[in-house]
Amino acid sequence: MVGYLQGLGARSLGMFERLGRGAVFFINILLCIPSVLVRPRLLVAQLHSVGVLSFSLIVVAGLFVGMVLALQGFYTLSDFGAEGMLGVMVAASLVRELGPVVAALLFAGRAGSALTAEIGLMKATEQLSGMEMMAVDPVARIMAPRFLAGLLSMPILATLFSAVGILGGYFIGVGLLGIDEGGYWSQMQAKIDFNQDIMNGLIKSIVFGWVVTWIAVFEGYDAIPTSEGVSRATTRTVVHSAFAVLLLDFILTALMFGDI
Amino acid sequence: MTENKPLIKIRDVHFSRGSKLIFDGVNMDIQRGKVTAIMGPSGTGKTTLLKLIGGQLRPSKGSIEVDGRDVHKLRHAELYKLRKRMGMLFQSGALLTDISVFDNVAYPLREHTKLPETMIRHLVLMKLQAVGLRGARDLMPSELSGGMARRVALARAIALDPMMIMYDEPFTGQDPISMGVLVQLIKVLNDALGLSSIVVSHDVQETCAIADYVYLVSNGKVVDHGSPADLAQSESQWSQQFMQGMADGPVPFHYAAREYASDLLGVNE
Ligand SMILES: Nc1ncnc2c1ncn2[C@@H]1O[C@H](COP(=O)(O)OP(=O)(O)O)[C@@H](O)[C@H]1O
Ligand SMILES: [Mg+2]
Repeated sequence: MVGYLQGLGARSLGMFERLGRGAVFFINILLCIPSVLVRPRLLVAQLHSVGVLSFSLIVVAGLFVGMVLALQGFYTLSDFGAEGMLGVMVAASLVRELGPVVAALLFAGRAGSALTAEIGLMKATEQLSGMEMMAVDPVARIMAPRFLAGLLSMPILATLFSAVGILGGYFIGVGLLGIDEGGYWSQMQAKIDFNQDIMNGLIKSIVFGWVVTWIAVFEGYDAIPTSEGVSRATTRTVVHSAFAVLLLDFILTALMFGDI
Repeated sequence: MTENKPLIKIRDVHFSRGSKLIFDGVNMDIQRGKVTAIMGPSGTGKTTLLKLIGGQLRPSKGSIEVDGRDVHKLRHAELYKLRKRMGMLFQSGALLTDISVFDNVAYPLREHTKLPETMIRHLVLMKLQAVGLRGARDLMPSELSGGMARRVALARAIALDPMMIMYDEPFTGQDPISMGVLVQLIKVLNDALGLSSIVVSHDVQETCAIADYVYLVSNGKVVDHGSPADLAQSESQWSQQFMQGMADGPVPFHYAAREYASDLLGVNE
C-alpha cells in the first residue's frame, strides 16, 4: 500500500517535472522564432511536409464526415419538416466542432507522429548532438520551424475540412435527398454568424494546432534515444494530443457557447 | 606563450547519470599538437567525457578548461563560439540524413560564415579531397558505408579549421581497410593541420599506433596513463589485462552473480 502510494507520488512528480521541461522547451522555441523568420526556406520546407502532405487525408475525411452529417441530419430534421435547415446544421456542426476537432485528431495521427519520430530518430542518431557541437542550435534549426509550420497549417487544414464537409453535405442533401438547392446555401448564409461560428472555430483550430505541434515536437526532443524510446514517444504523441484536443475543446466550447 | 600549456585541463571531474556514478574524480591534461587516446571498456563513460568537454553535459563537481577557458562557466554565446573551434566526430558520424554529402560538409560553413557559394564550393571540395571522398559529394548519407560516413563527418568536422578534434570510437565496426584509412587520416590530419586530437577507443592496437599519450579509464577513474610504450610495460595488472585483451583478470569475466551451483539448483537466497 505504502509502496503503491509512493509509486503514485513519484509518477505525479515525474509528470509535473516533464510538464515543466515542456514549458521551458516551449519558451525556448518562442525565443527562436525570429531566427526562423529570417530563414524562410526552413519554414517552407516544413510547411510542405507538415501541412501539404496532410491535405489529401483532410479532404477525404472532410468529405465523408460532411456526407454522413447530411444523411443523419436529414433523418431527424425531416421528422419536423425542417429539411430546409440541413445546410445550417451541417455547416454549424462542421465549423464549430467537427472541423477543428477531427482535423486536429487526424493531424496528430498524420503529422504529429511523423514529427516525433523524425526528431526522435535525429536524436537517436546523434544528429542533434552533432549540430550542437557544430555550434548550431537544434531548437532554432529543427524544432522552431516545425513548430511554426504546425501552428500555421492547422487553421488552414481545419478550414479546408469544414469547406469540403459542407460540399459533401451538399452532394448528399441536394443531390441524393433532393432538398432545395437555394435553401441549402441561403439558410446557411443567413444563420451562420461570422464571429459566433467562424471565428470561434478558427480560434479552436489555432489552439489545437499549438497543443498538438508542441506535444509532437517536445516528445521527439525528449525521447529516450533508442528505437524503443522513439516508438514510445510516437505513441505518446498521438494519445496525449488526442486527450489534449478533446479536453481543450470542452473548455473552449464551454467558454465560447456556454452562456447562450 | 600558451604553446606548452595543455589545451584541455580536466580537474577532479565528477558526473552521475541518475544514481549511477560515472566519473569519480577524473584528472587529465590534453597536450597541444598531440594525439591523446582515452581508452577503457565499453560503458565506462568515454562518450560522456567527450560530451562534458564539449559542454553538452555539466559535471556535478570539478572543472574542464579548454584553451584556458572553463567550459561550464561560459555563457551560451561564448560556448557556441568555442565549439566552432572544437570538432567532434560522433560514433555514428551524425551526418544530417536529409541532405547530401556536399551539403553536410558545407553546413557549418553556411551556418557560420557569409562566404560566397563559389568559395564554399572550393572549401568543401578541398575538405572532401583531404578525406578522399571528393567523388562522393552527390551521394546521400544513407548511400555511404560506415567508414565513408565517418570520413565525411571528419571532412565536416575540419570544415571550420578547428584547433582540435574529438573522435568517438572511430574504429569500431570498421573493416580492416577502412580502419587502416581512418588510422592514417587521424594521424595525417593531426600533423598536417596542426590539430590536437583526442581519440576515444577500445581498439588498443590501432589506437596505440598513432597515440602520443594514453589515458586508461575504468570505474570512473583514470587507472593508468603514459605513452603507449610505458603502458605496455606497466606494473598495473589492470593495464596489462586491458592492453593485451585477456578475458579474465582484475576485470572479472563473470558479471556479479550468485554462486553457480545454487543458481543451477534454483535455491532461493
Ligand atoms: N542519455 C543517457 N541517459 C542515461 N544513461 C546514459 C545515457 N547515455 C549514457 N548513459 C550511461 O552512461 C554510461 C556511460 O556511457 P558512455 O559514455 O556512452 O560509455 P562509453 O562511450 O564509454 O561506452 C553507460 O552506462 C550508459 O548506460
Ligand atoms: Mg561511447
